[in-house]
Amino acid sequence: MTKDLIVPAAEGLYCPPGKFHIDPWRPAALAVITHGHSDHARWGSGAYLCHEDCAPILRRRLGDVRIETLRYGERRDIGEVRLSLHPAGHVLGSAQVRIEHRGEVWVASGDYKLEADGVSAPFEPVPCDVFITESTFGLPIYRWRPQAEVMADINSWWAENARAGRASVMQAYGLGKAQRLLKHLDANIGPIVCHGAIEPLNQIHRDLGIALPPTLNVGALDKAGLSRCLALAPPHAVQSGWIRRFGDHSDAFASGWMRLRGNRRRRGLDQGFALSDHADWPGLLQAIAATGAERILVTHGSGEALSRYLREKGYDAWPMATEYGDEEGEAEPNVEADTDGA
Amino acid sequence: MKTFATLYRRIDAATSTQHKRQALIDYLRLAVGDPEQYASAAWTVYFLAGGKPRQMISTKLLRQLALEATDLPEWLIDECYHSVGDLAETLALLLPPATRVEDAPLDLWMNERLLPLRERDDAERLAALRDWLDAMPSDDRLPFFKLVTGELRIGVSKLQMTHAIAQATELDAKLVAQRMMGYTQANRAPQAQDFVALVAPAEAGEDGRPLRGQPYPFFLAHPLQAPLSAFPELLGPVDDWLVEWKFDGIRAQFIHRAGEWWLWSRGEELVSDSFPELAALVEFLPDDIVLDGELIVVAPRSDARSAVDDLSDLRPFSELQQRLGRKVLTPKMLRDRPVALIAYDLLEKDGRDLRERPQRERRALLEEVVSRAHSTAMQVGADLPLRLSPALTQPDWESFARQREEARARGAEGMMLKAMGAPYGVGRQKSGANLWWKWKLDPMSVDAVLIYAARGHGRRSGVYSDYTFGVWSGPPEQTDRTLLTFAKAYSGLSDEEMRKVDATIRRTTIENFGPVRSVRPTMVFELGFEGIGASNRHKSGIAVRFPRMLRWRQDKPVEDADTIEALRALLPGGGA
Repeated sequence: MTKDLIVPAAEGLYCPPGKFHIDPWRPAALAVITHGHSDHARWGSGAYLCHEDCAPILRRRLGDVRIETLRYGERRDIGEVRLSLHPAGHVLGSAQVRIEHRGEVWVASGDYKLEADGVSAPFEPVPCDVFITESTFGLPIYRWRPQAEVMADINSWWAENARAGRASVMQAYGLGKAQRLLKHLDANIGPIVCHGAIEPLNQIHRDLGIALPPTLNVGALDKAGLSRCLALAPPHAVQSGWIRRFGDHSDAFASGWMRLRGNRRRRGLDQGFALSDHADWPGLLQAIAATGAERILVTHGSGEALSRYLREKGYDAWPMATEYGDEEGEAEPNVEADTDGA
Repeated sequence: MKTFATLYRRIDAATSTQHKRQALIDYLRLAVGDPEQYASAAWTVYFLAGGKPRQMISTKLLRQLALEATDLPEWLIDECYHSVGDLAETLALLLPPATRVEDAPLDLWMNERLLPLRERDDAERLAALRDWLDAMPSDDRLPFFKLVTGELRIGVSKLQMTHAIAQATELDAKLVAQRMMGYTQANRAPQAQDFVALVAPAEAGEDGRPLRGQPYPFFLAHPLQAPLSAFPELLGPVDDWLVEWKFDGIRAQFIHRAGEWWLWSRGEELVSDSFPELAALVEFLPDDIVLDGELIVVAPRSDARSAVDDLSDLRPFSELQQRLGRKVLTPKMLRDRPVALIAYDLLEKDGRDLRERPQRERRALLEEVVSRAHSTAMQVGADLPLRLSPALTQPDWESFARQREEARARGAEGMMLKAMGAPYGVGRQKSGANLWWKWKLDPMSVDAVLIYAARGHGRRSGVYSDYTFGVWSGPPEQTDRTLLTFAKAYSGLSDEEMRKVDATIRRTTIENFGPVRSVRPTMVFELGFEGIGASNRHKSGIAVRFPRMLRWRQDKPVEDADTIEALRALLPGGGA
């Protein structure tokens, strides 16, 4: 049996024959980054390698660090391995990492979703021998409705509030979810406001040629404008003074966690829209099957449950401990940081 | 189902009581104006006001439905359930989408589909459920399963429902409260005419008087938490108050009208059948009379006792619990655990509603009625299961406070304070001088260690919010001492504290048993409770009543938590 191409190490997932880490949570010499969310792209590594669209996000997050970039499908030999990045469909510039070594192929998925969101390059299955998959929503209770249906619900919620003369405040992770919403919001309903933590990320998207509707700073609107607007804010911002500018408003959260009533109720929100940038249960199974891999390693989320289910289906599947997302994922609804874009 | 499901979702999404009430009112206005909806509205009111029909489909069967319909392994369905924290919601999330759509009103669902399921066998029930669900849109499934499992948990109280009906119909809330009495009984199938009777315009002369076996709304007490020094200002002189023990039994209304009798619990369930010994009262009490009082187990005896307010033989609540919820009452149970009604108010006499009369006057009439019944019974040598709650007298509030310390020894939880000049109100009145006060003893408490945690339900699903506590089996110098469980509690912490406790639990988990985790003992809580008794439910051999967390003792190391001896010392008679 050959040695594993990717192993868990203290700093994060490590590729011994390539001598690099993937999304390390502690500083490493070379960090290959799957995407720009803060639990995957952390500070302190000597050099970073990521997709070219991910680079401006990394620069914004980490400042002046050494970054090299690749296009999707472009190959790079590192140490004894050949590495390439492939679309994960999670957020702008998100990538699966393919590693080839003496005829054996491993793919680390990072975070991914199967439905095309109109912003990021759509997920592509990559044939491999071993697939390392995420499992943030790795239970069969998680099944997403098509994006078009959820967006129609969101637009009608906004339209109804606008008619009633109150603002619609939508909590959403600043990278990915916010731009996905923007892309599909019906800008005819009213003005769109973005919190200061989101706007720079919008700009990165626009600079890369992704068309988004015009967005305003909250200060740019008068009372009449505010009463019809939809405002996007990261979850932590709603406890700040910023929210008071909107007066009486309806609030909502767009996240896969909103699929569960308890998560909606606990936050005391008017609406919860189950819109996720992660694969749902059928999506995970479909993606896993499409790789043709027989050995599956399951990271953050419901690693135990998904790997057991896969074993019962004949896979050689095991959980793999990482520090991405949160323990079991179930704790996430309490977390307010802009982390994994659930 | 669609109409009910839509209302359910609107109430469930409401983040304020005002929005909730508005959703109810909007629904009721439409229903009142549309006779076609009366039958389904009768059921809607029933469920939202807290009605729970007897079980139609067992939990086991619902789990089997999930297994068959999803083709998932059982352990994975369990895993989902533990993550969701609610069986109805788990089912709604797991079942495959409908292949066709048909809708039927709620009354048809209840009367023709769900209630008749009780007469079927499991295979037929399963087949029927699968067929119905195949035609039910995903959105309607959560409310549907909530109905079926009898756990609506949507945060609407009977009182809110009463006020919503009053507002939607412009009827007096007191009148509606009277009409609502008994509406949510378990074995009832409300019909269109029941809804009509709820919302019909007040008839001439209809003053909220109950019909036949119907009870009056109970007048409920407020907790009195002011310090003793504030009593004179808050309450005035002691002479203005009727002071009684607060008994630890079941509040009940005894109705004797037209030769028949009924017993209603405070939860508005008709419980006459559970307490057949009270039939003896009919013989000795005058007709057309309604008593308010407390049901409590007393020591068995055969001869008549001398004093009508003798309370020396009251038994703890745990003995009453053994009589509740029994389908069959054995003669032995009736012999060993007889109950008596301790009467403390008279609501109706000679068919006249006395509730507007001052407490002073009702009390005098009550004493007269109960004493007469007692002495008549004495003459024939019968031990009547009826007592009079003694009116306690003291010169001042300090003396009452001292006397209150004896409460536990007498099997009471504290004292009741009722204004002598006040009428008998409806429900829990908000404010004013005419309140009833419950002046309870401070809870007993010990410092206990959290050793097991389970995920909560509803608002707390996914959060470790339900805890099991233990105390040490011996003093610190005993090196092999262990923690013995004695209580479960899930209330008393702020959301912020619960988040921290939840995080600590995840960090200190030793083992997972399905939804429950054992944790390394690191957290000490001051646990308060109202009663304590021997029990084999917990390892400690002790169980407590109404346990809740009073304080998180972050200052206290687990070694300093209390021992089983401290708990035993609180047992009636000091333990041993």
